[in-house]
Amino acid sequence: MNSAAFAVISILTLAAALAAATLQKLMHAALTFAVAFVGIAAFFFLLGAEFVGLVLVFVYVGAVAVLVVFTILLTRRDVKKSERFNWGGVFVAAAVFGGLIWSIFKTSALAVAAPQIDSLTVKRIGDLLMSNYVWPLQCVGLVLTAALIGALILVMNDSEEV
Amino acid sequence: MSRDAIDQIFIYAKQWLLTPLAHAPDWLVQIGSSLINIFALLGVFLTLFALISVLERKILGRIQNRYGPNRVGPFGLLQPVADGIKMLIKEDIVPARADKVVHFLAPILIAATAILALGVIPYGRNMTPFVIDGGILFFFAVGSTTELAVFMAGWGSNNKFSMLGAMRAIAQMFSYEIPLIITVLPVVMIVGSLTPDKIVAAQSDYSLGVVPHWFVTTPWGAAAFILFFISGLVESNRTPFDVPEGESEIVAGHMTEYSGFKYATFFMAEYIGMFAISGLAVTLFLGGWHAPIRALEFIPSYVWFLVKLSILLFVYIWVRGTLPRTRIDQIMNFAWKFILPMSFACIIAAAVWHYAGRGLAGWLWSLGVIAAVYAALSILLDTRRKFAQRTYRFAE
Repeated sequence: MNSAAFAVISILTLAAALAAATLQKLMHAALTFAVAFVGIAAFFFLLGAEFVGLVLVFVYVGAVAVLVVFTILLTRRDVKKSERFNWGGVFVAAAVFGGLIWSIFKTSALAVAAPQIDSLTVKRIGDLLMSNYVWPLQCVGLVLTAALIGALILVMNDSEEV
Repeated sequence: MSRDAIDQIFIYAKQWLLTPLAHAPDWLVQIGSSLINIFALLGVFLTLFALISVLERKILGRIQNRYGPNRVGPFGLLQPVADGIKMLIKEDIVPARADKVVHFLAPILIAATAILALGVIPYGRNMTPFVIDGGILFFFAVGSTTELAVFMAGWGSNNKFSMLGAMRAIAQMFSYEIPLIITVLPVVMIVGSLTPDKIVAAQSDYSLGVVPHWFVTTPWGAAAFILFFISGLVESNRTPFDVPEGESEIVAGHMTEYSGFKYATFFMAEYIGMFAISGLAVTLFLGGWHAPIRALEFIPSYVWFLVKLSILLFVYIWVRGTLPRTRIDQIMNFAWKFILPMSFACIIAAAVWHYAGRGLAGWLWSLGVIAAVYAALSILLDTRRKFAQRTYRFAE
C-alpha cells in the first residue's frame, strides 16, 4: 500500500516538476510548480509528518505560488519562445544532481537503521519550539517583523508626496 | 441504550455497510470506509446546497417584502432541480483567447478545495469523517489553495473583468486569512490541541446544568467568534464583502467568462465554503455537537450540529439582505486597522482568562482586556472624523 502510494506520488511530483521546468508558458510552469509542492506535501503525509506537510501546502501553495503567479503577472512581457535547447542548463542540473547523489552515498547516515521515534505530533513540535529552539524561533520572529515593517515603510512613501 | 442507538445510527450504518469487507485486507477496508465517508459528505452537503439556494431566495424575498420562488413544486421547493436542469443544458462557452486548460481546471479545483475542507469537521459524536492530528491546520491549508483557483479562473479567462475580480478576491482573501487564523489561536491555546474532536470535547461541560462551557460564553470567545464570523463572510465572498463579483462594476468578477455548469460549480463552491466556515465556527466556538443545556442532551448530537449550522447560515442570509456592499478600501482598512489588532487582543484576553483560573475573575479580567482594546481602537481610529471636502486623487 505504502510503496504503491510512494510510486504514484513520486511519478506525479516528478512529472509536475518536469513540466514546471519545460513548459513554454510561464504561467503554466508556475501552476505545475504548485502541483509539485502538493506532491512533496503528500510525501510528508506518507511519512506521518502531517504538520510539516500541512505547513508546506499552507505556505508554498497558498502563499508562495500566489506570489510567483503575481510576480509573473506584474512583470510579464510577452515572452518569446526560446528556439534553442539550453544545453548549459542540462549540464548544470546534471552536475548538481551528481554532486548530491555522490555526497548522499558518501554519508554514513544511510547505513544506520532509522531509530524508532514517536510520531511527530503538533504538540511535540510546539514543545520543542518553545524549549530547545526558542532562541532561533525568536530570531526568526524578529527578522520577519523587521521585514514586515520594511515592507510597510516602502508602501508608506506614497502618502508623503500627496 | 436506544438513545445511544439513535445518536450513533450513522456509525452503525457504516459498520453494517462494511461487514462484507470483514475478511478483506486492511487497505481495502480503509478505502471502503473513506469512500462511504466521501459519499455521505457529498450527499448531505449537496442536498443542503440545493435547499439553501432556494431558502436563501425565499428569505431574501421576505426581507424585501415579496414572495420569492413559489412556482416549482410545493412552496417552490423543487426550484433547485429546475435550476440544475437549466444549468446542465446550457451551452458551455469558452472564450477563443482563453487558456483552455486553466480555464477548465479552475472550477474543478475550487470545488475540490471547498469540499476537502468539509472533511475534518466533527458532525456528531464519533462522526468526524477524517480524523487527523492537525485538523484545524488542514482546514486552513486547504482553504489557502482557493486563492490559486480563483487566480486561475481570472487569468485563464483572458478578460479584464475576470482578472480584476480575481485580483480583488485574492487581495481580500489574503487580508482576512490572517485574522481568521489568529482568532482560532486562542481556542487552540486554551484546548492545547489542533484536533477538532478535542476542541469539541473541551466544551462539553455545563455550569449548573444550564450554562454550557462553549467558548462563545467567555468574553474572548465571544469577541473571537464575531471576528471569525466577519472574516468568514469575507472569505466566502458574501455580501457585504462581495466586491470580487460586484455586478454593478465588474460583471461577475472571476466568473464572468463561465457559463452553464461551470458557473454552477463556482456557485456551489461558494456555498460549500460557507458551510465549511460555519461548521468550523460551530466547532470552535459554539460547542460543536453538544446540546445547549444538559437536559436536552437526549436529542442526537448531529441534530444539534445541524441546528447551529442552520442558525449561522440564516445569519449569513440575513446579513446579505440587510447590508449594502462595501468598497474595497473600506474592507482593507477594516481588516488591517481594526480586525487584526482586535484578534491579537483576543489572544491576550484568553491568556488572562487562563491564568486567572478560568473562573469568574478570569471572565471579568478578559472582558476588561477586550473592552480596553476596543475603546482604544475606537478612539485611535476615530470613526466620527470631521467631514472635509472630498478630494479625488485619480478622477479629476
